[in-house]
Amino acid sequence: MTKPNTELHNLTIAELHSGLQQKQFSSHELTEHFLQRIAQLDTELNCFISVDAERALMLADEADQRLANGDTADLLGIPIAQKDIFCTRGMRTSCGSKMLDNFIPPYDATVIARMQQAGAVMLGKTNMDEFAMGSSNETSYYGPVKNPWNTNTVPGGSSGGSAAAVAARLAPAATGTDTGGSIRQPAALCGITGLKPTYGRVSRYGMIAFASSLDQGGPMTRSAADAAVLLNTMVGHDPLDSTSAHAECSDFTKQLPKSIKGLRIGLPKEYFDQRLNTAMADKVHEALQQLTALGAELVDIELPNSALSVPAYYVIAPAEASSNLSRFDGVRYGYRCENPTDLEDMYTRTRSEGFGDEVKRRILVGAYALSAGYYDAYYRKAQQIRRLIKEDFVKAFEKVDVIAGPTSPSPAFALGAKQSDPVEMYLEDIYTIAVNLAGLPGMSIPAGFIDEMPVGLQLVGNYFDESTILNTAHQYQQVTDWHQRSPID
Amino acid sequence: MTISKEQIIQTAKLARVKLNDNEMDDITQRLSSILELVDQMQAVDTSAVEPMANSLDAVQILRTDQVDEPADKIARRNELLEGAPACEDGLFLVPRVID
Repeated sequence: MTKPNTELHNLTIAELHSGLQQKQFSSHELTEHFLQRIAQLDTELNCFISVDAERALMLADEADQRLANGDTADLLGIPIAQKDIFCTRGMRTSCGSKMLDNFIPPYDATVIARMQQAGAVMLGKTNMDEFAMGSSNETSYYGPVKNPWNTNTVPGGSSGGSAAAVAARLAPAATGTDTGGSIRQPAALCGITGLKPTYGRVSRYGMIAFASSLDQGGPMTRSAADAAVLLNTMVGHDPLDSTSAHAECSDFTKQLPKSIKGLRIGLPKEYFDQRLNTAMADKVHEALQQLTALGAELVDIELPNSALSVPAYYVIAPAEASSNLSRFDGVRYGYRCENPTDLEDMYTRTRSEGFGDEVKRRILVGAYALSAGYYDAYYRKAQQIRRLIKEDFVKAFEKVDVIAGPTSPSPAFALGAKQSDPVEMYLEDIYTIAVNLAGLPGMSIPAGFIDEMPVGLQLVGNYFDESTILNTAHQYQQVTDWHQRSPID
Repeated sequence: MTISKEQIIQTAKLARVKLNDNEMDDITQRLSSILELVDQMQAVDTSAVEPMANSLDAVQILRTDQVDEPADKIARRNELLEGAPACEDGLFLVPRVID
């Protein structure tokens, strides 16, 4: 029997999987349902840069064929939204930039290829800050995404389109990338679950580079259980990415049901100091109380160098970006200025016209930090600080299994509110950036509301121990229903 | 550390980005505030700390240098050239470099 279509967008990945396997509905029906929701709701929300309905339905039909043949692949027939930073063969991949507005990749990112193998149906490509540089989605060439909880506020960034799409039930799940918080902060601001894996877990091949030593792709879902299923498909060594880790990838859903009795949760005193506003602190403490009720123990810890993470990040990330973005020169793909007079003019005008303001600022900061005479004072210094930050975490994980705290300093802010001061915007990622610098896995889960806007609890795990944070998140989600709240019916 | 207008012009030149005169004041102010932020690092003595380029301290992985080409090289080349702003005879076309 077919379930009423109105319910399809509220089903979990596991429910969708079993519904498809038991032929309660087809992938075609399911995909059409989400495409209809996108058509209905996305004009206002602006979550998607590209939706190719024909292609999506074709993929759905292929999935239905595989289902008919008895294939039971994890994501078979399930529609997924992909961040527009992952190259998709034959489908425009813009990275939120005018520079790549006409770019149709000749190959698939490894993440895309693996999802396709697992049977996922790509619904479309989601909006994002230009080249993933931003914490509000306002730097996108395609206009800002609106937060579905209040369309006058930002969804966070840079994976804001993915976060808002999952929150508004325009897709059952999505992918994101996280260089300084770009999965976790929008997940927090939109009230969803987002996980940044350990650096090296998910292949960066075909994921347009921002800061290569920090970038990491991950799942953005409604629950930890859904995230574990997506993660299973996304991870694994990839010879096409030289920084891909040779780490064991066990089934991430396995540890979900485990009790968290005796789990040691570290609370960094630096994350709970006077800078954290009271309302946010209250929400985090409420969540921690629930975790202790489940048997977890709270342990006070210190991350003494955490205040330096934002300064170090804003040298390292722009430096790597200025190097990575030098490839956009108007020669091989992407935008080229009109009627260049010579090569130099072509490079300069292509880049000046193709990049937005924030991207140009970061290129300049990076180029300056790497330039002769400043390298030691900035870049080398930042890399030294980076080691101190990592060592703080290594020491903390001798005493605890998980580190918890807020994901962002506050809930979603109004569109335009932080655009005039780059530093204020950068401080949005004050709790997330250190995790990227150290290369650890981190996630954000919904932990309540402040003035009807969602807030996130951040859980940080030890290297390659995504299972423990997923387990903690899942157990929390068994006793809370924040993750089931929806801004739109 | 503050950044002067001249330094910004020089850096922009190196990065092949052109800034309009009316953008200059705004960008000077914004870059100065970013540099002020990053200068907080200077307060820490890191003379004994080894710089860290990779969080897992992984070393560069090398592969065997062997030819790995698609079966139909011409078709693949044409596919790659499809995205090029300008090409001719299987080559990327750029403005004249040598007179």
